[in-house]
Amino acid sequence: MPEITLIEAIRQAMDEELARDERVFIVGEDVGKRGGVFRATQGLYEKYGPKRVIDSPLAELSIVGVGIGAALYGMRPICEIQFADFIHPAFNQIVNEAAKMCYRSNGEWTVPMVIRAPYGGGIGGGLYHSQSVEAFFAHVPGLKVVIPSNPADAKGLLKAAVRDPNPVLYFEPKKGYRLIKGEVPEGEYLVPLGKARVSRQGEDLTLITYGMTHYYALKAAQMVAAEGIETEVIDLRTLLPIDRETILQSVKKTARALIVHEDNLTGGYGAEIAAILAEQAFMDLDAPIKRLAGPDVPAVPFSHPMQDWFMPNAEKIAAAIRELAAF
Amino acid sequence: MVTQVVMPQLGESVVEGTVTKWLKQKGESVQEMEALLEVTTDKVDTEIPSPASGMLLEILVPEGTTVQAGTVLAWIGEPGEEIPQGAVPIAQDLQTKPESIPQRSEVESGLVMAPSLERQVGFISPVVARMAKEHQIDLTQVKGSGQGGRITKKDLLAYLEARQKQEPAAVAAQPIWETPADGDLFRPTELVFGQPLPEVTAPTQPLSGRLIPFTTMRKAIAEHMIASKHTSAHVTTVMEADLSRVVAHRNAHLSEFAQQGAKLTYTAYFAAAAIAALKAHPLVNSSFTAEGLLIHPQINLGIAASVGEEGLIVPVIKHADSLSLLGLARAINDLAQRARTRQLKPDEVRGGTFTITNHGVGGSLFATPIINQPQCAILGVGVIQKRVVVIEDEFGNDALAIRPMVYLSLTFDHRILDGAAADAFLAKVVERLENFSA
Repeated sequence: MPEITLIEAIRQAMDEELARDERVFIVGEDVGKRGGVFRATQGLYEKYGPKRVIDSPLAELSIVGVGIGAALYGMRPICEIQFADFIHPAFNQIVNEAAKMCYRSNGEWTVPMVIRAPYGGGIGGGLYHSQSVEAFFAHVPGLKVVIPSNPADAKGLLKAAVRDPNPVLYFEPKKGYRLIKGEVPEGEYLVPLGKARVSRQGEDLTLITYGMTHYYALKAAQMVAAEGIETEVIDLRTLLPIDRETILQSVKKTARALIVHEDNLTGGYGAEIAAILAEQAFMDLDAPIKRLAGPDVPAVPFSHPMQDWFMPNAEKIAAAIRELAAF
Repeated sequence: MVTQVVMPQLGESVVEGTVTKWLKQKGESVQEMEALLEVTTDKVDTEIPSPASGMLLEILVPEGTTVQAGTVLAWIGEPGEEIPQGAVPIAQDLQTKPESIPQRSEVESGLVMAPSLERQVGFISPVVARMAKEHQIDLTQVKGSGQGGRITKKDLLAYLEARQKQEPAAVAAQPIWETPADGDLFRPTELVFGQPLPEVTAPTQPLSGRLIPFTTMRKAIAEHMIASKHTSAHVTTVMEADLSRVVAHRNAHLSEFAQQGAKLTYTAYFAAAAIAALKAHPLVNSSFTAEGLLIHPQINLGIAASVGEEGLIVPVIKHADSLSLLGLARAINDLAQRARTRQLKPDEVRGGTFTITNHGVGGSLFATPIINQPQCAILGVGVIQKRVVVIEDEFGNDALAIRPMVYLSLTFDHRILDGAAADAFLAKVVERLENFSA
């Protein structure tokens, strides 16, 4: 199996879905001739033409609005929001229209649409190119929220998202686009939405995370393993719906839970995981549930030392693991 | 506001009590501290005062029922007040439900007899609390490796594993030697193995004869004896003492003591001699603990007293080292009298640091008594009998003499004392008796 980058895996997924189903099309800023600012759609415009890989105006509301209309018409749109930071103008379309359509039409109408958006900091992007926005959408019933952490999952999850009858938000860890490499199964495969993955077995504590911080989490787990602490790492892969079974099973075994994400702490997705554990695994806990998240500041700072201060990394995660293991 | 009436823990090793009589009935009013019910335990009979003034709203545990300490017995409150249903723990009737087992183990009962050895267990996490309950673990026995010595889930798992390893022989032997139903003397298998075994309803051999159910006291004695045998390395050493001076002293002081209201018994002399020897050999006045040997700062002398067929009890003379012969005689009279009438207070049967048992009353020459945990040793006193002994006169000539002699047997914990140290202590007792002067 060949080793490819995260962004190549995402491109392969879109390529295969465009080839498989003529209802599938891509719409977004610079996705056509330019091939996307991160080159996620490189070569697709040439391969499938301007009617299936559409350059949109700089108006996220309309990108999503077009997607919803097309989906209702029977198409399978893949909307690209250039940076997750820019998704907010489309919030009304996503939350008020896409998420509620099936419910308010009593199942008669569905919105089979994927919204791709690169998220996260650590790339010197500053305030408007570094945000994590998953918690806003993971709060909304009617949506699915997916965040891959490696090429194999990225490809399988995106293909599954395209085929899902619900609106799926697919957030991509942009720092990992070319940093995270891995083997991808050959041939056609899907990774089911709503299923987490135990990416590392351990007895001492459970580390629950997703996306970019999963990459750091595995490095941190390796660091502390040298000190005799065995961390079980869970990659959530899908935040909504969440795979309660996998996290509960693991925490009931290890009795300690560390939740890591890059999004800021207060009201972050980690709070939901902590609440699930407190409600359903209380009698199995041997230590307080611990969260490691971005600090509660308005944005990821542009200055590099300040950006480093904001970003979770392997060292910070390892320190949190040690602290929890010592409790 | 409603108030719970709870079965108190009447003594350190007492984990259950039997409600013998309700002095107030449901609906009657009661004053705070007014006697509410009578309770009997393996050590004492006592009245339980009402914890609050009000009406006896509900009696949860009927007369004749044995329940664990901490069980809610009744509710007191204002007429018409509602009893919080969720807060009512189910009374565990130990006699009618054979599957209910007292929540203690031999290690635990050893510990509860010595509150001074208890240590703070610190923060208990939910999973540790749950596992301790499931596996009947006394957390004070578990070493904590977490923050500030906190007991972690891993510590508990390690403890369980060690406990399992400790008794593999019992596990293997269990099906062969006895079924649990036959072996009431032995600890419940649930405690030994940590999980319930299939219920055994009929013994393997058909029973013939008359079955006498064990009293709480009998069961407690059985458990304590086995627990002690499992805990200490018992060794017994025997010496004899010539009591000529003691007999002379007693005869000379009988009436004088009687005038002061004390019956002067030989026991008082043995107590005085033991106290003197304990002062000279403080190592004997100690307890073996995981942390080290705990030397007790004072001498609390236990004196075994028979309460007839039912069993025996060991009242304790606190600070016995501060009492004169008269004081000792008085204390012994008083405690023995109240032991027989079961009037002892809970506090008077605990905290002993050394015990004397007078098995000679039945004619026994010498015996090998079992240590009263968590003490270091126990002194057995045989029957005093006139025997012919060889003595040396002032010119160094051997002669035969008739002397009141007694055998003294000291059972000691070989983990703490070696033979030489134990013999030195016993020799001191003998020396004190043979040269007795008040």
